[in-house]
Order: sequence, then C-alpha cells, then structure tokens
Amino acid sequence: MTTLTAHRVHPPFWLLAMSVIVAWLVAWLALAPAAAWLTHDVLAMDAAGGLGAAIEFFVFDLAKVLLLLVGVVTAVSFLRSFVSPERVRRALAGRNEVAGATAAAGFGVITPFCSCSAVPLFIGFVEAGVPLGVTFAFLVASPMVNEVALVLLWGLFGPVIALTYMAAGLVVAIGAGLVIGRLRLERYVEPYVYEIHSGPAIEVRVSLEQRVRDAWTSTRQLVSRIAPWVVIGIAIGALIHGYAPMDLVAQIGGAANPLAVPLVVLLGVPLYSNAAGTIPIVEALLGKGLPLGTVLAFMMAVTALSLPELLILRRVMRRELLATFVVVVAGGILAVGYLFNALAA
Amino acid sequence: MVKIEVLGSGCANCVRLEANARQALQMAGVDGNVTKITDYSQIMAHGVMATPGLVIDGKVVSVGRVPSAGDITEWLTQH
Repeated sequence: MTTLTAHRVHPPFWLLAMSVIVAWLVAWLALAPAAAWLTHDVLAMDAAGGLGAAIEFFVFDLAKVLLLLVGVVTAVSFLRSFVSPERVRRALAGRNEVAGATAAAGFGVITPFCSCSAVPLFIGFVEAGVPLGVTFAFLVASPMVNEVALVLLWGLFGPVIALTYMAAGLVVAIGAGLVIGRLRLERYVEPYVYEIHSGPAIEVRVSLEQRVRDAWTSTRQLVSRIAPWVVIGIAIGALIHGYAPMDLVAQIGGAANPLAVPLVVLLGVPLYSNAAGTIPIVEALLGKGLPLGTVLAFMMAVTALSLPELLILRRVMRRELLATFVVVVAGGILAVGYLFNALAA
Repeated sequence: MVKIEVLGSGCANCVRLEANARQALQMAGVDGNVTKITDYSQIMAHGVMATPGLVIDGKVVSVGRVPSAGDITEWLTQH
C-alpha cells in the first residue's frame, strides 16, 4: 500500500481545482435543457399533465439544488476559514449596542453555527466584554441566516424571496439582540462563565491548499448528510406540485386563517435537522397559495429555534434567560409572518 | 511518549479528529496517547474558541478544523 501511494502521480492542485470549477459551470448551464429533454423527449411526458409537471419539477429541482449546494457551500466554507472567532470577538468588543448588534448579526451570516462551538463562543464573547444583547444577535443570526438555507431558497424560490428571508432574518436577530440587551439579564448567565479565564487566543496558520481541502471535505460531509432529506423533500414537493388541490392549501394556510402563522412556527421547531427537506415542500405549498409571510415564518422557526441548540445553550445560561430568548425570537418570527401576509393582502 | 489532546464537547467533528489523531500515531509509529478534553474551562484555558482543537505536548497545533491523519502525522514527526 505504501508503494502504491508513493508512485501515484498527483496533478497540480490548482489545475484540479480549476477543472472542477469549469465542470461545475458546464453542468449548471446544461441543467435546464437537460431536465426538459429528459422529461418530455426521453420519458415522453406532457408538461401540462400532473405526472409530467411532477417529474420535471423533481428532476430539475433536485439537480439544481444539489449542484448549487456543492458549489456555494464549498465557496463559503473556504471564505469563512479566514474569519476566526477571535477576529469577530475583537471586532464586536467595545461597540455600542445598535452598531454591535448589527455587526454581530452580519458576522452570524458568514460564521457557521456548529452547536459544539456555541458554548466556547458564548464564553469567549462574554469574557471579552461583548454585551449580552450583541452576543444574542449573533446567536440568533448564525443558525437562521446561513448559506445552506439561502442556497435552497435561492434555488427553489428565486433571489427575491431568498434576499427577503435574509433581510427579515437579520432584522429579527438585531431586534432580538437589542431587546435582550435592554432587559439586563446578565444575572441569568451561569456564574461559572464569568470565572473562566481563557488563555491568550491561539491562531494557527493554515495554507491556502489546506483551506480548499478543508472546504471540500466539509462540503462532502454536509451534502451527503442532508442529501437524503433534500431528495425526500423535493419528491413530496413534486407530488404537491402535480396533484395537491389549490383550494385546500389556501383554505387551511391562507392569510384568512389568523392561527396559521403561530401554527407553522410551532410546527417548525422540531424540524430543525430537516431544514433542507422542508424548503422544497414549502416551495410547492407557496405555489399552491400558501402566503409568503407564513412561508417565511415557517422557515425561520425551522432554522432559528431548535431543541438541540437550546439544550447546549442551557449549559451557559439559566432557564429564565433561555425562555426570554425563545419568546423574543418567536415574537420576531410571528411579526415577520403577519407583516408579510398583510403586505401581500 | 507524545501526549495528544483533543479539545471539544464531543460533537461529530471532535470524534473524527480523535480518530484521525489515533491513526496518525500509528502511521508515524510514534508512542503516545490521545485524551479528550470536554471541560469548557480547560478548552478555553488553551485559548481555543473554535472547536475542535488539537494539542500536541501542550502546544495548540490546530483550531476549528479537522486536520487529516496525514497532517497530524507531519506534526508528530516534526515534533
């Protein structure tokens, strides 16, 4: 085995990276014609029929979303390897609340929310004197406005809804941060957090090639983890596209039913790990008359409020603070839902 | 005897890093042990805010990423 690897010829790394990028672009451009050709010519399906519409939706959306995910997640993972938590912390310490919360929410977009890093990040922020509200703006934005959600929204709904989601998410995060900051809840942070003395922050040099390899590895893992959910979600979405009756969806989830928004928020909380699968289903429901505000509120509840995240945050904050966090964020999400439903009406 | 410490709360990345570290010890043919540090005050004491972190004989060599067994082997032999 050692002789095998020793004799294997490695192509230059940058050549490899460039050819992958070119292959990706070609696949992207060939996508729409290929899906239509496969559905209508090879399978001889009629675009107007239920089955034809369902199959074209499934083939095209699945390929599009997977391609987008691989491309964007790799690019974002690479770029954010340059944004260390230490840099974020230095940038946030000593700012006033409004500027701090805005910057924190912005950093939350580009910083991954790995549940395992949430606690060290929280402790590090508190220790550096980042105000509690600013820290919360970060904690809310980080899981809610992330590249996976944005890619799926962009790919399935188009740029307008993706950017609307992003803007609304940032406003909810900044608002939640400002409200929590005003409530002066520092006493509900677990006392041990204030007693931890961390060593001087370590930053280790990583080569460019290494960053690209890391980005590719994490993308592979992420995409293989969420791909089954995307496939299931798009399959269900395709069925809804082809068959679900228009009236039923509009009747149950329409703006006329005031309970629809809080209902989808409750429904979204346990769906955390399946965020990738829920977006295609919701996209199909939007096409069947589910109002935009309800859709946005549902997506936000899926990503921003999750039980695993709350359990992890419980290790650094008391129940009172955790409950405030949930209530404030849920309130913001409800406001977004009702606002957009009212604007559309 | 090399002392390797994996800093992290026990998420998937930390588990992979621990496996890579053990494999690296074998690949490098170095005698050593791998310990997992899950206590946050100890993790923070190393100045690590992004987990997982990797420490070889008290020196932090990697933060917030999962280096491959090959990378770790290199650090072990340079060591």
